[in-house]
Amino acid sequence: MAAATTPDHNGLLRFTTAGSVDDGKSTLIGRLLYDSKSIFEDQLEAVESASSQKGIDGTDLSLLTDGLKAEREQGITIDVAYRYFATPKRKFIIADTPGHIQYTRNMVTGASTADLAIILIDARHGLLEQTHRHSFIASLLGLRHVVVCVNKMDLVDYNEERFNEIVAAYKDFSSRLDITDIKFIPISALHGDNVVDRSDKTPWYGGGTLLHHLETVHVGADRNLQDCRFPVQYVIRPQTDAHRDFRGYAGRIASGVWKPGDKVVALPSGKESTIDQILVGDTPLDKAFPPLSVTMTLTDDIDLSRGDMLVRANNQPESTQILDARICWLSEAPLNPATRYVLRHTTRDVQAKITEVLYRIDINTLHRVEDDVTIGVNDMARVRIKTASPLLTDGYKDNRSTGSFILVDPSTHLTVAAGVVG
Amino acid sequence: MSDSTYNLDHLTELEAESIYVLREVAAQFDRPAILFSGGKDSIVVTHLAAKAFAPGRIPMPLVHIDTGHNFPETIEFRDNLVERLGARLIVGSVQATIESGKVQEEPGANASRNRLQTTTLIDTIEEHQFDACIGGARRDEEKARAKERFFSHRDDFSQWDPKNQRPELWNLFNGMHAPGEHFRVFPLNNWTELDVWNYILRENIDLPSLYYAHDRMCIRRAGQILAHSDHLNLRQDETPEMMHVRFRTLGDLTITGAFESDADTLEQIIDEVAATRITERGGRMDDKRSESAMEDRKKEGYF
Repeated sequence: MAAATTPDHNGLLRFTTAGSVDDGKSTLIGRLLYDSKSIFEDQLEAVESASSQKGIDGTDLSLLTDGLKAEREQGITIDVAYRYFATPKRKFIIADTPGHIQYTRNMVTGASTADLAIILIDARHGLLEQTHRHSFIASLLGLRHVVVCVNKMDLVDYNEERFNEIVAAYKDFSSRLDITDIKFIPISALHGDNVVDRSDKTPWYGGGTLLHHLETVHVGADRNLQDCRFPVQYVIRPQTDAHRDFRGYAGRIASGVWKPGDKVVALPSGKESTIDQILVGDTPLDKAFPPLSVTMTLTDDIDLSRGDMLVRANNQPESTQILDARICWLSEAPLNPATRYVLRHTTRDVQAKITEVLYRIDINTLHRVEDDVTIGVNDMARVRIKTASPLLTDGYKDNRSTGSFILVDPSTHLTVAAGVVG
Repeated sequence: MSDSTYNLDHLTELEAESIYVLREVAAQFDRPAILFSGGKDSIVVTHLAAKAFAPGRIPMPLVHIDTGHNFPETIEFRDNLVERLGARLIVGSVQATIESGKVQEEPGANASRNRLQTTTLIDTIEEHQFDACIGGARRDEEKARAKERFFSHRDDFSQWDPKNQRPELWNLFNGMHAPGEHFRVFPLNNWTELDVWNYILRENIDLPSLYYAHDRMCIRRAGQILAHSDHLNLRQDETPEMMHVRFRTLGDLTITGAFESDADTLEQIIDEVAATRITERGGRMDDKRSESAMEDRKKEGYF
C-alpha cells in the first residue's frame, strides 16, 4: 500500500494559523498544501484561471484558501476555514483564521480545538500588534505549542541578525504568557525556504523545517490522563428483547484513564459504583482515555443522566455556583448583566448571570482596563458568573473539557460568549 | 493503536469525534434524521450511528431523497441496509414533487434533478418536522464547505447564512433554535476522502457494487464518462459503448461521472484514490456550473 494512505505514525495534529493577507499566511498554507502534494489538479486549475481573470501574474496560492463569494470579492478571509493535509508521518487539520482585530472571535474559535499555533511575523516589520494578539489568544486558549515563523526572510537577505532580533523581542514579550514550547523558524513562504525543504540560504539556522516540526512535535502529553472525568452525554437503553436490561452511559472521556473494575462516583448524587464494561460499539476495551467516545456500564443500577459526571472518589472536580472566568464576547449585542444566559458546560445547561465584570483585557497590550467595562463583540474580560445550580469544574489549564463553557442568549439562541475557568 | 500506549491513530480519533457529534444530536434534538443518499459517506455515517447507539437501534430514521434517477444498485443496497439495522426509512420523492407541479423538470441534454432535490428535501423536512438532519458532507470536498460547522443552522426557509454562522468552540455544540428552524449536522466534517476509504477498509463496511470496477454501457460527454440509462438524454453524436469503470461518488445517474478503472478491491481503490490528482467532486457536473455553484445551492437548503 502507498505510504500516503497510512499517515498514522504520529496520529492527528490540529493547529491554527492567524494572520492577514499581507503577512503571507495564505501563501504559507498554500505552500504546505502544495509542497505536501495535497492540492489536486482541478483545484490548481481553478486557482490559475481565477488568478488570470484577476490579472495576477502567475498563480496566487492564497486563492486556494478563500471559500466564500464575499471573501473572493473582497480578498479577505471572514470565517474560520478548515484545511486538511497528510504526510506519511501525520495527518493535519488547519484552522485557518483571519487576523484582524474584528475577527478575534474567529481566532478564539480556531484556537479552541487546536494543539499548536503558528504565529507569522514579517521579517521586515518585526512584532506587531497582531503578533501580541495572536499569542495572547493562543495562551488564553491553553495552546502549549507555538511556532513563530519569521516570514519573508528573502526580503531581508536571509539576515541572521535580523532573525535573532525578532527572536529576542518575542521571547521578551512571551515571558508574560503561559506557553511552554516556543520554536522559531526563519522562512520564506513565497520561495519555500524552510517550510517543507531545508533552505541553503540560511546556513546559520540549525533547526528543522516547519513541516518537520509539525510532523514530530509531541502533543500527546498535553492530554490530561490523571484526573478522571466522564460527563454523561446520553443514556443508552435499548429496550429490545436481546438487551432488555442494558443501561449504558455514553460519552466522550474528558480526562483520565479508565478500566473495567475501577470504583467510580457519580456526581452530583455522590452514589458509588464500579465500572463493569467499557464499550466502543460492541467491542469491549480493557482501558479507555481521552478523546475516546465510549459507553460504560456499571455494576449497580444508580440514577445517572445527561449532565451528570463520573469521577473517582479521591479526585473530584470543584462543585460551584460562582465561577471566575475569562471570556471572549462573540456577539454583536453587548454583554447585558440583566440577562439570564444559558451556560453550557460539558453536557450540562444551567441558567447563569454575569454578576461582575472585573476588568476588560486590552489584547494588544495585555493591560487590564478597569474604568470602562462595557463588553462588546471581540472583547476579552475577566468576569464573575453565578449559576442557578452547581457546575462540576476544573481550571482550564488542567482540563480543557471541564474548564471551558459557552454562553447562549435564550432569546436569540445565539452563542454569545466563550469562557475558560480560572 | 500506535506504539505509545495513549496515542490514538487518526481514524480512531475521527471516529470518536463523529460518534460524539451523533450522540449530541440524539440528546439535543426532538426529531433528528439521517439524510441517506446511498453514497459511501452516508453509509459511513450510518455505520458510525450504529456504533454510537449500540447495542440499541439508531434512534433516528434514515431519510432518502429519491430523485427517481438513482442507480438501481443504490436502492437495493439501501433496502438491505435498513433491514439489517432494523432502522426506519423515510423516502421523499422528487418525482412526486414534479407531479405536484411545484417544480419543473430541467430541459436539455444536461438536464438533472440535482437542484430539484432541494425542494423535495425541504418539503420532507417540513412534513416530518425534522429539527436536525445529519449529512455525510465533509469540509475537504469543496471550498464553500470548508467553513461548515458541525451544527449548521438553517432558518425557517432552510437557508444557510454563511456570513453569519454561530461560532463553534471546543466540542460545545449549540443546537438551540426557534420552532420551524432546523440544523444540518455534519459528523464527518474533519474527514478526508482518503480517511473515509481507509475507515471503510478498517471496519469492513459493505458498499454498493458501483464503487468497484465493473462493465457498463457509458457515453463520453465534455471530458466525462456518464452511465448510459433511460434517464440520460443522448445527443445525436453520442453512442453508448461498453467500458470497465467505477464511480468515485454516487449521485444521480445523469450527473455522476464514472472513470475507467480496474480497482475491484478496497485496497486497490485506496491506492487509486491516494494516487489521484483530481478532487472527488471534479467528476460532478453539478459543481461545474459556476465558481460558487455549491455555495449558492447550500444557501437555498441543498445538502
